[in-house]
Amino acid sequence: MAKEVKDFTEVNKGLTEENAVLEALRCMSCVRPTCVKGCPVGIDIPAFIQKVAEKDFEGAAAVIKADNMLPAICGRVCPQESQCEGACILAKKEKPVAVGALERYVADWEREHGTKLPAVAEPTGKHVAVVGSGPAGLTAAAELARFGHEVTVFESLHEAGGVLTYGIPEFRLPKAIVKAEIEQVKALGVEIRLNHLVGRSVPVEELLGYDAVFLGTGAGLPYFMGIEGENLNGVYSANEFLTRVNLMHANCFPEFDTPVKRGCKVVVVGGGNVAMDAARVARRLGAAVTLVYRRREEDLPARAVEVKNAHEEGVEFLCCANPVRIVGETAVEGVECVRMEMCEVDASGRPKPTCIEGSEFTLEADVFIEAIGQGPNPLLVSMIPGLERARRGNLVVDEDGRTTVARVYAAGDAATGAATVIWAMGSAKTAAAAIDKALKEE
Amino acid sequence: MYQVEDATQLSENVYQIWVNAPQVARHARAGQFLIIRVDETGERIPLTISATKGDSVRVIYMAVGKTTELLATKKKGDVLADIVGPLGTPSEIKNYGTVVVIGGGVGIASTPIIAREAKEAGNHVIGIIGARNKDLLILEDEMEEVCDELFITTDDGSKGVHGFASTVLEGLLKERTIDCVWIVGPAIMMKVTSRVTIPYKVKTFVSLNPIMVDGTGMCGSCRVTVGGETKFACVDGPEFDAHQVDFDSLMQRQRMYTDEEKEAREHFHHHDHHGGCGCCGGKH
Ligand SMILES: Cc1cc2nc3c(=O)[nH]c(=O)nc-3n(C[C@H](O)[C@H](O)[C@H](O)COP(=O)(O)OP(=O)(O)OC[C@H]3O[C@@H](n4cnc5c(N)ncnc54)[C@H](O)[C@@H]3O)c2cc1C
Ligand SMILES: Cc1cc2nc3c(=O)[nH]c(=O)nc-3n(C[C@H](O)[C@H](O)[C@H](O)COP(=O)(O)OP(=O)(O)OC[C@H]3O[C@@H](n4cnc5c(N)ncnc54)[C@H](O)[C@@H]3O)c2cc1C
Ligand code: SF4
Ligand code: SF4
Ligand code: FES
Ligand SMILES: [Mg+2]
Repeated sequence: MAKEVKDFTEVNKGLTEENAVLEALRCMSCVRPTCVKGCPVGIDIPAFIQKVAEKDFEGAAAVIKADNMLPAICGRVCPQESQCEGACILAKKEKPVAVGALERYVADWEREHGTKLPAVAEPTGKHVAVVGSGPAGLTAAAELARFGHEVTVFESLHEAGGVLTYGIPEFRLPKAIVKAEIEQVKALGVEIRLNHLVGRSVPVEELLGYDAVFLGTGAGLPYFMGIEGENLNGVYSANEFLTRVNLMHANCFPEFDTPVKRGCKVVVVGGGNVAMDAARVARRLGAAVTLVYRRREEDLPARAVEVKNAHEEGVEFLCCANPVRIVGETAVEGVECVRMEMCEVDASGRPKPTCIEGSEFTLEADVFIEAIGQGPNPLLVSMIPGLERARRGNLVVDEDGRTTVARVYAAGDAATGAATVIWAMGSAKTAAAAIDKALKEE
Repeated sequence: MYQVEDATQLSENVYQIWVNAPQVARHARAGQFLIIRVDETGERIPLTISATKGDSVRVIYMAVGKTTELLATKKKGDVLADIVGPLGTPSEIKNYGTVVVIGGGVGIASTPIIAREAKEAGNHVIGIIGARNKDLLILEDEMEEVCDELFITTDDGSKGVHGFASTVLEGLLKERTIDCVWIVGPAIMMKVTSRVTIPYKVKTFVSLNPIMVDGTGMCGSCRVTVGGETKFACVDGPEFDAHQVDFDSLMQRQRMYTDEEKEAREHFHHHDHHGGCGCCGGKH
């Protein structure tokens, strides 16, 4: 019997001070620390861990914040197993130093004990526009502000944070923490203008009038499967379902005005982190949840810990199956699926799923959530003359984040397609350095 | 925060509100809309931009449920939590020749701005505004001023032509050349009225009003079927070629939350203010 999950409080409780210090003592302070190479923003990991071992948490926070203004967020949502921790030399021997948990501990400690801001350079008189307030936009804004540039961030939603705010659920990333870290970025002098959809509220000509432009518009365009019955009531993109709950608090309806179909039987399709989040939110809204994935369980692209949590919370996994049709009169009544067979390995090195003919079966359902991926939002980028896009709509950028339009830079999901928070931050940091260099050479 | 500069009641359930929102007002074009969130616990609702003046924008809306009823309580000097816009693709205005701009019920709100831009583009503009009865007719003066010709219809015959906008449109199509038609109103009215232009092969736009959340193309809540393809009304529209639109699917999706809307309204009438449910870090 699955344990009951009702509330949205954080699942992972973090380290105690004692455990944090013990864990820090495991670090070997390597001379050539491989862990740092695994961190896209290049935090001086052994240096901050050393400070934790000395119980100098304030000093540890200062080391981290020299390279990362969103440590409480990264400590929680970075896929550390394939980043810093995966690259730790102890990973091969016993187990890696828990870099993420330590980073989280330090950031939480600092938030509770009063934060210190990193130094900001003298004003340069240059003004940079940042579009989007997700991890890419926030990182670029913080870096540019520290270099002394005036920064205005435009965000179309009524809250800042991008996916951190509307996508990743409260029980993995409490919104109060996201807000606190955004306040830190604002404290550097960054102005965030909410409710501004660039391209509409701010015309492109006005945008291109800034000394430089950073596009951090993300990959918010939800893909749909294109199967029959997709417009029935009760069919959601994961983006919509998660936005209704995370951003609009539909879990508190009718105290909050936005409704969401909670469903009795929810079927989620997809195998990534987004699918896990949608499934776990649906469980918390009280439904029985089945997650349908076309490959095998061992092929699930989601982080292992998310899969484990989803299992523990009672999400049923139905692997090697794929929805082909949604049935119902006006609302979802069921999801017809086919069984999949794993055939020869495809170009990506994974076995290719093909459907087994005649294997159709129908799952009873009243809500169906599609979490099959997102692409870059085309709205603004299609309005900027000369801005080239590659396959799947990703912006074409060079290694410094330069787009095909002068003074316009891009990073994060808008350039890479849906990736991770830390890759968005790493690429934004690189682009900010390039913008700074260009502005100072002028 | 966005300040209410003026708020008036136009008819039994229809209200007009002017709000200071420079980023919307300065760039708004015909056919676009904005999204309002009235307060910190509010939902996001789309409303058509009906006029602009300096940094202010006007919307006209019918009180039909929780949010619009709450909005109707707002007076001059009150503030609204959020407004984003202008959203959506502007109307495809150009010099077509003779155009007809039709508004049904609260849909009339959208017509003066379309008629004005069409006129400025050099068209001969014919307006048709219709409502159930004469008390529900709005913006007659504004339409009178901007249109070359204006027809009024009421379902009960209390003013103008006794009948529907489609009756007048049919008559116009029979007697002269009409080059383009805009129809804004309830989905069923747009469906029925736009059928009239099919045999005449006249380009006809309708402004679709599916349920929206972000209004920026991020959620897919507003998806509609046009010419067999899925479109997001908030960015690809809201105006589409009427003859390609699947109105039945639109109307079915508009009813998705009927039960919840009833519950929200009851809750609103039984609780004067919100109780905290403690779900957002104690913020509310
Ligand atoms: C449900 C979900 C769970 C995830 N879980 C994880 C995880 O656990 N760990 C992890 O590392 N990654 C995770 N990811 C991926 C990660 O969130 C993204 O890679 C990351 O947020 C990308 O950052 P970004 O700044 O490029 O874009 P986004 O976070 O998408 O932010 C883009 C922002 O730009 C705004 N915007 C877009 N266009 C405009 C415009 N024209 N004008 C103004 N504003 C605009 C948007 O409203 C948005 O706020 C998850 C993603 C999702 C959807
Ligand atoms: C592009 C666009 C422009 C619009 N312009 C106007 C306008 O100028 N004047 C006007 O009176 N109305 C307009 N509407 C409709 C208006 O948004 C709804 O009447 C309003 O959201 C109802 O909210 P409620 O809480 O008061 O009522 P509810 O009881 O919640 O809903 C009543 C009905 O309104 C529709 N509705 C509910 N929530 C939404 C939502 N989030 N988005 C869209 N529709 C919803 C549903 O069909 C529902 O059955 C427009 C809608 C769209 C999409
Ligand atoms: S930011 Fe992410 S990748 Fe870098 S050290 Fe922290 S947890 Fe590891
Ligand atoms: S690689 Fe591991 S042990 Fe070495 S410094 Fe980094 S965290 Fe410490
Ligand atoms: S309202 Fe979300 S995509 Fe249109
Ligand atoms: Mg409502």
